[in-house]
Amino acid sequence: MKNWGFNISKPRVIDWDTRDTSEYAKIIEKVPSAQRCLMCGACAATCSASNHIDFNFRNCHLKYRRGQFEGLADELDKCMLCGKCKLVCPRGVNTRAIIYNMRIFLNDLNYKNIEQ
Amino acid sequence: MNNKHVIIIGGGPAGIEAAYYLANNGIRITVFEKDEYPGGNVKNWAKLFPDFGDASVVRKQITEKLKHDNIKFLNNTKIENLAWENNNWIATSGSEKYIADVTLLATGFEVFDAKRKEELGYGIYDNVITSVDFEDMYKTGKILTKEGKIPERIAFLNCVGSRDEKVGNHYCSRVCCITAVKQAIEFKELVPDAHAYCFYMDMRMAGQFYEELYRKSQEKYGVNYIRGRISEAAVTIDNRIQIKAEDTLSALPMKMTVDILVLMVGIESSESTTKICTDNNIVGPYGFAKSKSLFGMDNFSEKPGLFLAGTCKRPLTLPETIADGRSAAVEIMNYLKS
Amino acid sequence: MTEKKHFWNEYQKEIADDNYFYERSCIRQSFFPGSETAFLNILRDELGLTIIDDPNQHTCTGIGYHSDVVPFETTMTVCARLFSLMTDAELKNYVPSCVTSFGVFTEVVETWEHFPEELEKTRKFLREATGREFKIPENIAHPSDIIYKYRKELKQKMKYQLVNCHTGKPLNAVEHIGCHYGKIFSKHAVGGAEFPQVLAGMIEEWGGKVIDYPERRHCCGFGFRQYLVMSNRGYSVANTKKKFESMEPYKPDFVLTNCPGCTMFMDRWQYTIAEMEGKTYDDNQMGIPVLTYEELTGLLLGYNPWDLGLQVHQVQVEPLLDKLGIKYDLKDKFTGKSGTYLGEPEKPEYLKVSYE
Repeated sequence: MKNWGFNISKPRVIDWDTRDTSEYAKIIEKVPSAQRCLMCGACAATCSASNHIDFNFRNCHLKYRRGQFEGLADELDKCMLCGKCKLVCPRGVNTRAIIYNMRIFLNDLNYKNIEQ
Repeated sequence: MNNKHVIIIGGGPAGIEAAYYLANNGIRITVFEKDEYPGGNVKNWAKLFPDFGDASVVRKQITEKLKHDNIKFLNNTKIENLAWENNNWIATSGSEKYIADVTLLATGFEVFDAKRKEELGYGIYDNVITSVDFEDMYKTGKILTKEGKIPERIAFLNCVGSRDEKVGNHYCSRVCCITAVKQAIEFKELVPDAHAYCFYMDMRMAGQFYEELYRKSQEKYGVNYIRGRISEAAVTIDNRIQIKAEDTLSALPMKMTVDILVLMVGIESSESTTKICTDNNIVGPYGFAKSKSLFGMDNFSEKPGLFLAGTCKRPLTLPETIADGRSAAVEIMNYLKS
Repeated sequence: MTEKKHFWNEYQKEIADDNYFYERSCIRQSFFPGSETAFLNILRDELGLTIIDDPNQHTCTGIGYHSDVVPFETTMTVCARLFSLMTDAELKNYVPSCVTSFGVFTEVVETWEHFPEELEKTRKFLREATGREFKIPENIAHPSDIIYKYRKELKQKMKYQLVNCHTGKPLNAVEHIGCHYGKIFSKHAVGGAEFPQVLAGMIEEWGGKVIDYPERRHCCGFGFRQYLVMSNRGYSVANTKKKFESMEPYKPDFVLTNCPGCTMFMDRWQYTIAEMEGKTYDDNQMGIPVLTYEELTGLLLGYNPWDLGLQVHQVQVEPLLDKLGIKYDLKDKFTGKSGTYLGEPEKPEYLKVSYE
């Protein structure tokens, strides 16, 4: 094989034709209020963790919505489940339940990946 | 006041509402409508936001008001020229001239011609339609692709012809966001298993019950809102539409293939509005009519005896337009008394 | 698929009809060596037009300008010198072979229109450096504009059509327009920026079918600075790959381009993708031929494919020639004008360069 000195870059585009939406459907089933989230970021602004470490619940939720699971499980471990985010949400989204369920589903996904 | 004659240019909601109240006060009215039927742009809607009222019923309620002894309704009559001559307003249509003490301009709006946004492919790709086309299709009870297929995915794009320097319109048309919410719900009611996406720059839910409808569309109907403007639409080999936008919240580009792309076309000044206002030197930004003052003098133009009502001034919702027609009637009566 | 509505035909621009000053591209003479000569021959011999090919010409700085190594003041002055050659030849219609040159010239002239002080500065620089004076061209047209303008006249003289001679069906053509043709100033593009008609018009006039595939407007991947650094080339080739993936389902018979960089990259990157990933976008592992508009015009007029320089393409054109019904002699393929055998290039591992 030749040494080209470069590889073909992978696209950065979120491709909605191939991404997996079924996982987020599970979250909606467990936490219907998740659908109301407007991504205003009040949750991340008030978050005790976000204020000191590189963690952003809003972004984690968005990534899950978009089917971008890579590295997400480790991210979510940073949440202390204090529930402060839930208090400030203008749309009454059960943010704490979203985190809790994302952790469970991501764990399942991980096991699935290991089995495969 | 009984010998006074008021001409109203435009037989839409504003013009008819004003005509009705003036006629009830014994004033002789002539309403000119360039089209065959009265009711203006209400014909472009099947159901009305935010309560899904039947637009044809509302339209009938409006147009019924024309049946009044003091109102003469002239359809298919386009006023080409309006001028102040010898202390009267003279309106010209073809070889006919009409003389009046007062003119009310209620020439309304036109929807933006989506072909001007070439990159969105309207008029080129079959499955790119406008919000007006959606309403027409909805009247048939079905939303189908050109091939007659039930869509699995539909996308709505807000601000087509509004808030866009490229087409010369900096303003917000105010009705498109809520129309997209309404249409997304209507679509999801027809095809519950399909996916509806709404692309927006800002969601402007400023009217009563709009925000509630927006919330309901997410919660009950699962409509997906993506903050990002579609930059380009292209056709795929199976005549679907590939769209590109930025998912601004993720800060990543995204692409998606949809069965139908609906362009939420904005409100522009109608040709008659711009022509008559330019001729009479009362033209404001974007060719709309310019009122004397937003505060208290909004039905007055700078020309005595030339009044303004409705969307010839700016984008307004239907209830606002009707109220503005009534408000113009009050101002005209006061003017005729003095 | 339904036929597309062609309302973009409304976008037309002024293209001078005769007496042109030609400026060659920096890279085309190496990569697609027959194209520019073919263009001059077509204009002079087929259309009877006057075009001057001045030996004193030089770069427009386009590559340097777009790679951020030549400042715009320098670019304007170098362009002014080229205009001075045109002025000396007593011509007013400037025709740059390269799409990027076309973009540079329209940008320079537009700049002078809006900032007359820049024009005065450029005149001063040129005078100080060379003692030369210049006039601004009355018309700047890309050679593809001129071929487009005379597409009907050329059709009369053509021996072949863009029709598959075995099936009688129109050939599927992908057209790719260089970014600097219409994206800088859409008013200078036939058909505007979104649906440029310049190549599509030729293809349709000559019997072919234009494929409107989703990534039609996407960049070929050249991008100058982005390509020049080796570690960035993965990003360059990824653009090309994106385009080929998007056009693949339409089974294109060939790609037609009007830009030196696009022709180069859409042709050569097919080899790179084939060797790196074992993938071509045709059915026969030979790739999709990429032609310049001069090569295509020449082929249809009946010029010898090997005189047009088609043998130096990476993706070989024999499958296309066979579809067009063009006879060729493989013995001539690698024989020079003097009759000596030039030798054959090394064969790639995956991409096929001949029927086997």
